[in-house]
Amino acid sequence: MEREVTFAGFGGQGVMTVGKFLAQGAMNKGMEVAWVPSYGPEMRGGTAYCTVVIADEPVGSPIVRNPETAVVMNRPSLDKFGPEVKPGGCLIINSSLIDVTTDRQDILVVTVPCNQISMEVTGTGRSANIAALGAYAGAVPVVDFASIEDVVKTKFAKKPKVLEDNMAILQKGYEIGRSAREAWDAGKGA
Amino acid sequence: MSKILMKGAEAVGEAAIRAGCISYFCYPITPQSEVAEYLSKRLPEVGGTFVQAESEVAASQMVYGAAGAGVRIMTTSSSPGISLMTEGISYIAGAELPAVFVNIVRGGPGLGGILPSQADYFQATKGGGHGDYRFLAIAPASVQEMVEWVMRAFPLAEKYRNPVMVVGDGLLAQMMEPVDFGCVEPTPQIDVESWATTGCKDRPANLINSLFLDPLKLEEFNWKLKAKYEAMEAEIAYEEYKMDDCEMFVVAYGTTSRVVRTAINALREEGYKIGMFRPITIFPFPQKAMRAYGENPRVKSVAVVEMSNGQMLEDVKWAVLEKKPVEFFARNGGIVPNPHETMEFLRKSYEKHGGTK
Amino acid sequence: MKTIFSRPRAMTETITHYCPGCTHGTAHRLVAEVIDELGLRESTVGVAPVGCSVLLYNYMDTDMHQAAHGRAPAVATGIKRTRPNLTVYTYQGDGDLASIGMAEIIHAANRGEKITVVFINNAIYGMTGGQMAPTTMPGQRTTTSPAGRDVDNVGYPIRVAELLSTLRTPSYVVRGSLHTPHNIIEAKKAIRQAFQYQVDGTCFSFVELLSICPTNWGITPVKSNEWLEKNMLPYYPLGVYKTPEEN
Repeated sequence: MEREVTFAGFGGQGVMTVGKFLAQGAMNKGMEVAWVPSYGPEMRGGTAYCTVVIADEPVGSPIVRNPETAVVMNRPSLDKFGPEVKPGGCLIINSSLIDVTTDRQDILVVTVPCNQISMEVTGTGRSANIAALGAYAGAVPVVDFASIEDVVKTKFAKKPKVLEDNMAILQKGYEIGRSAREAWDAGKGA
Repeated sequence: MSKILMKGAEAVGEAAIRAGCISYFCYPITPQSEVAEYLSKRLPEVGGTFVQAESEVAASQMVYGAAGAGVRIMTTSSSPGISLMTEGISYIAGAELPAVFVNIVRGGPGLGGILPSQADYFQATKGGGHGDYRFLAIAPASVQEMVEWVMRAFPLAEKYRNPVMVVGDGLLAQMMEPVDFGCVEPTPQIDVESWATTGCKDRPANLINSLFLDPLKLEEFNWKLKAKYEAMEAEIAYEEYKMDDCEMFVVAYGTTSRVVRTAINALREEGYKIGMFRPITIFPFPQKAMRAYGENPRVKSVAVVEMSNGQMLEDVKWAVLEKKPVEFFARNGGIVPNPHETMEFLRKSYEKHGGTK
Repeated sequence: MKTIFSRPRAMTETITHYCPGCTHGTAHRLVAEVIDELGLRESTVGVAPVGCSVLLYNYMDTDMHQAAHGRAPAVATGIKRTRPNLTVYTYQGDGDLASIGMAEIIHAANRGEKITVVFINNAIYGMTGGQMAPTTMPGQRTTTSPAGRDVDNVGYPIRVAELLSTLRTPSYVVRGSLHTPHNIIEAKKAIRQAFQYQVDGTCFSFVELLSICPTNWGITPVKSNEWLEKNMLPYYPLGVYKTPEEN
């Protein structure tokens, strides 16, 4: 088993962070992981992405041409990674910032208003990345959701209010992802 | 001991501390500045010394001073920085001092790029700087292996009184993987009183030096070094992956070996009998073991995959002595070959030389 | 019989390789006397440069480290930072310190490394055979400025003591000379003060010593001392440029 997900967005949108959360959650469940960042001269505002590879054996190539899943937080990321998703895979689109979708029929497409979810809970869009992580966990159940929740709890343990908000955002994202997966699976069965 | 999810560069810093190295002199350079950032925070916690030098030249000379003073010492850099540190490395080799260098290789030449590369293979394995010197060069392929080899590098440097270089690349430094620091037992430092500059109390004065004005003495010293470098063959390390029945074997090291492993696993399912010979020490090169495979009648061809325009290829050709055709595939300039293109190359090479399925 | 003069304990019995009239031997002796007087021989590491004094390690009976050209302050940093109880000094000429090693000296001073630097300024490259140094005087003939140093082409000589004294980090910076007995006595006082600051953990300390090079200047030792006094002293004024107390 080897599963890959690429999180992509503007620098500063927190895509690297949620990738780490996922990798940590997978590692805590005893899985093999590799978190592979894009790195470049841009510190803020440029495009940023990371790929998390989760496997039951030591991870081979950390370089993945066609990830199983892409989570895209902005339009340039959709254009870049949308076509790369493996057939049968999943594409999670932050519909708050991306007003188009994809015409691919061979993958599960989940549109999630990540910024809006964050805005509704905290009054800012800062936790949009957590909504996206939740949606991924719901739509592509590779890592136990409880394990991801535990990571978020640990990371925000010292800030009870932030923790509470992020747990709510994570949950909302998760539910959107899970219903989309259920509908997709039902549709395939039909 | 439980595993920690850690970025390669930070894991290198922590591994050094676990190995008893609590002094670090450095100059920031992408893609490994996180080692410096990590140690600038961690070393004060363990009573260590952190100095950000004015240049890689100076950093390497601080390492020279500290190595001469007989403390465990490491510095880290990336390709252009290693070029500047080569002055220090040559002096350290010439003065026969233990020190650990980590090169997180990026694309070159010149300023090159900042992405993963293996273009410093010659520099790492053939000496690199002026004078007839060599050092143990070790190429790990994961964050865990980087940790283990950084920890082992210190006693190895002391055993041979010689620099040791751990050769990684931007991918290994930037990626996060689970690491277990308990895998390598830290070793006590050797006694340094007979040669180090610790102050000449109750003993004759010690001298750290690489100057031999008498050519006969220098030649004698060069012979001594040659014998030492030959003795390092005892440290040769390599991995054999699915070599038992292979009709073609791939030689790849470091990051590239992971891509090759993935490609081989997929090709094995298609019936290709391909194995991998992965050098872990790239100097000394595991030439004899590789030659034995080259001479095996079952093996029809050899393939080399690396992120340089054929630097390790030369060592592989020398190892198999043209007894088998050697095919070559490279991505360069900071591009890591992907499994897909690697598989295409391997299929083609395998079939070209009559491999069976 | 009472011994009133002898070889310092910190020096070996080796005869130096220096040319007749060269002041390196004097400077070596001053450093060794100070090491003896402060009781530092068994805790001192000297860092030898590249240049005429490259073989300093043969003359000093202390632990020694021979450095690459210009890098002595970096090597000294590596020693002092990892073994802070040692007394670490560098001994460097003007090509070594003021040309190829300019970055190392400035940054060691600016970091406030608790080391001592003895800087021999004789306005020329000695070991390589009399080439122009960053400290060569305007109009001075050398093998690479055969028509005399042309300041329009290569700039003016660098005044290192003045340069270092502009740094904000506390330090002791002094310039002395070795061309008369009186100046030699004063130079020793400066060296002693410099080592004392290090022993006390106070600051970086730097002693520039104007010196002669009769061989490469092409004149006798006596004439060399006169030339130094006439040409170098006005351009390189003696004195204390900076003390840690000033801060």
